[in-house]
Amino acid sequence: MSASTPTLDALQSVTQSGYKWGWETDIEMDLAPKGLNEDIIRLISSRKEEPAWLLEWRLRAFAAWQQMTEPHWARVEHQPIDYQDLHYYAAPKKKPGPKSLDEVDPELLKTYEKLGIPLKERAILAGVDPETIQGTQVAVDAVFDSVSVATTFRETLKKAGVIFCPISEAVRDYPDLVQQYLGSVVPVSDNFFAALNSAVFTDGSFCYVPKGVRCPMELSTYFRINARSTGQFERTLIIADAGSYVSYLEGCTAPMRDENQLHAAVVELITHEDAQIKYSTVQNWYPGDAEGRGGIYNFVTKRGACRGARSKISWTQVETGSAITWKYPSCVLEGDDSVGEFYSVAVTNNHQQADTGTKMIHIGKRTKSTIVSKGISAGKSNNTYRGLVRVLPRASGARNYTQCDSLLIGDACGAHTVPYIESRNPTAKVEHEATTSKIADDQLFYCRQRGLSEEDAVNLIVNGFCKEVLKELPMEFAVEAQKLLAVSLEGSVG
Amino acid sequence: MTAAVRSGADGFLARYDALRDLLPGDPRERAAAAEAFRRTGLPGASAGRREEAWKYTGLRPLADASFAQSVSPTSAHSQIRARLPQIEVPRIVFIDGMFSRELSIVPPAVHFARFAGRAEFGSIARPDGQPLVALNTMLAEDGAILEVPAGADAGLLILVSAATDRAAFHPRHVVRLAPGARLTLLDLAFGDGSYLHNPVFEVTVAADAALTHVRLQNESTSAFHLATLYAEIDERGTYDSFVLNLGSRIARTEAHARLTGENGITHLNGAQLLNGMQHADFTTVVRHQAPYCASRQTVKNVLAGRSHGVFQGRIEVARHAQKTDGYQMNQALLLSPDAEIDTKPELEIFADDVKCSHGATVGELDADQLFYLRSRGISDAEARSILVRAFLAEALDAVSNETVREVLDQAVEGWWEKQAA
Repeated sequence: MSASTPTLDALQSVTQSGYKWGWETDIEMDLAPKGLNEDIIRLISSRKEEPAWLLEWRLRAFAAWQQMTEPHWARVEHQPIDYQDLHYYAAPKKKPGPKSLDEVDPELLKTYEKLGIPLKERAILAGVDPETIQGTQVAVDAVFDSVSVATTFRETLKKAGVIFCPISEAVRDYPDLVQQYLGSVVPVSDNFFAALNSAVFTDGSFCYVPKGVRCPMELSTYFRINARSTGQFERTLIIADAGSYVSYLEGCTAPMRDENQLHAAVVELITHEDAQIKYSTVQNWYPGDAEGRGGIYNFVTKRGACRGARSKISWTQVETGSAITWKYPSCVLEGDDSVGEFYSVAVTNNHQQADTGTKMIHIGKRTKSTIVSKGISAGKSNNTYRGLVRVLPRASGARNYTQCDSLLIGDACGAHTVPYIESRNPTAKVEHEATTSKIADDQLFYCRQRGLSEEDAVNLIVNGFCKEVLKELPMEFAVEAQKLLAVSLEGSVG
Repeated sequence: MTAAVRSGADGFLARYDALRDLLPGDPRERAAAAEAFRRTGLPGASAGRREEAWKYTGLRPLADASFAQSVSPTSAHSQIRARLPQIEVPRIVFIDGMFSRELSIVPPAVHFARFAGRAEFGSIARPDGQPLVALNTMLAEDGAILEVPAGADAGLLILVSAATDRAAFHPRHVVRLAPGARLTLLDLAFGDGSYLHNPVFEVTVAADAALTHVRLQNESTSAFHLATLYAEIDERGTYDSFVLNLGSRIARTEAHARLTGENGITHLNGAQLLNGMQHADFTTVVRHQAPYCASRQTVKNVLAGRSHGVFQGRIEVARHAQKTDGYQMNQALLLSPDAEIDTKPELEIFADDVKCSHGATVGELDADQLFYLRSRGISDAEARSILVRAFLAEALDAVSNETVREVLDQAVEGWWEKQAA
């Protein structure tokens, strides 16, 4: 027998419960006309007051993009995307900086409230003088649509020497750093969506941690997609210089809407000798309704380069949202003894489609990588793990361990595993394991017999299934992630 | 020179044009296959995008090779006879793809017919989307049609392909087991020089029938061996297969097994032992299309020299194929810094009450194990050979028929001797 009837009923109730974070803020928008051409790119560039080299760089990306075709190798299906039917630039209209929260646009404050941002941070986000507010330890660079509305804790970080600001500011204030690193991990013509992003990205975060500095706090960005029909093209660039450490949190919620929205972000991470970046994501964009209408198309390119010896990049992700997720956070392990990690939980329900995984490219000697992927499929969804482990001839003593587990809930979903292993060095050791199973009836029975409701029982089992990944999340996110799992499969299923 | 000529397909198409009125069977099937082949060409032979199924194997060297259709001299017979296993069992021998009555011992318990006399293309191996099946369908001249009647145990039968330099042949084999029938088929391929052997097998295993199919691919290291197998297994049927790839410059074995009835079983096991510039690709697709079926796979690669091993294995479980039990293990041993392994185990699962797992490991010989043997006075070379043999034995143990196992062991032994020489 497959999933029990109560489980299916519970699933039904999930689909009815709707999207908890579904709302839309009504703020006056400054919108560029729909469509994509060189003029739009020039417009974006001039609005952002960018230097000539960046405009050139964008135009080069655009030229490359025009030569490329949309990739179709992933196990996802969607209506063709009309790239000319999108706004490529939207910014909230600027007002003079408010003196206190009373002067802040109430709609904006409501958005923060729904996002669960503490009151003090809301003030900071809204542009109230940050130095007057004390107490919280999370720095938030909120991307409200395409322009960073405010950046918090800039001064505190500055004291440590850490640069954390919107990338457009970084282009202005630290042009050398940006020019040196931008596109050095994900080149402009890397893939269709990365090229598109390079041509039209409007904002994102920039972070530079100088030599030997341990970033004094977790850095965090709340991404929000807000205007109707605006694609979101975030660009994130994080550089950890020799011996430094930074933990970066990325969390997403988005308003409910009917139209499918395109999101094509690019994230580039660079670690130098002995440096470490921990990048954590909780992604909960609107997945579409029970019938599969609407929802975000999330086509993201995330890649980190471990340039220095003994450096480390760790990706942790909890993917519960989006109608389509196409995302492969990767590590290029160039430095000897460098380490790459990928911990992922991907939950799909209703008609969601997730095709996600990682690439670990072993170039340096004794490089190590660990991949732990947990896929949970429910409803009519499809969940695919697609990963590559490549060991190049120079990578003597390289080591990889991969574990992919899939959990199926109900008999209308699909779980797929597509790992690629390519080894060209005999001293490398690569191991891959994958399993597929369902929630065992005896596990359910055990919990039910002890008085747990079906819903709590499934929740418990799913959380247990994901434990290896969830424990990698920073405290701030671990709680939210568990809640998200529960909400995503709400009713009974985790 | 035009791009079309470089793709290597034109030589084959020209041969088809020359032979079309002489080839047996339905000319429409041939024409459709030729059309399909004309569209695709040889996989991975022309520049540009490569098909996912051919990600790791390109047939460019085949496109650049040239073949001549010669009639092999009868004097070759004694040489071929000497290379046949010295076992007194029925055998069906093909030389350069054509049936040889002199060398064959036609089996009593199996209905045997030549494809040349009774050309039927079957319904399982179709040319659409399968360039090599298209090539075979277009040019197949001969092959074995083997039918085991209901309830009969046909024992062991050997199917031999011997090849000579510059031959290109596309045998079409059909193996049908009626309900309750049993057969062990040992399928040997060897030859001399540079040639192309492009067989297609269509296998049907009816209810309660059991086919053990062991292939020993020991072609010349200048040859191309491209085999495509399609098997359909009905309820309680068993298709137990093993492929040992030792020869060829470029080899590909693509096996598709479809479980269509409840409680069917299939094993697609294999081992590849490569050296020099050899390239061997073992690609499998298991389709679970009925509940309560089981599939098992153990695949091992031992790669020396500059060789390149490929394993791609997909397990598909259809929505209604509940209680499927699928297991796949593939391991590779790299013996040289210039060897390469590419492996892609794949699970595609649409049913929730299933048990499916796969594992893959890639590495070199275990240093502790080597040390253990060395510390007992065994030379480095011998210690390595012991460990590699042990590694291979795990895969070969899947072959339970002792006579067949002996043939495989001898072939592996021959491979070692060749390396030592």
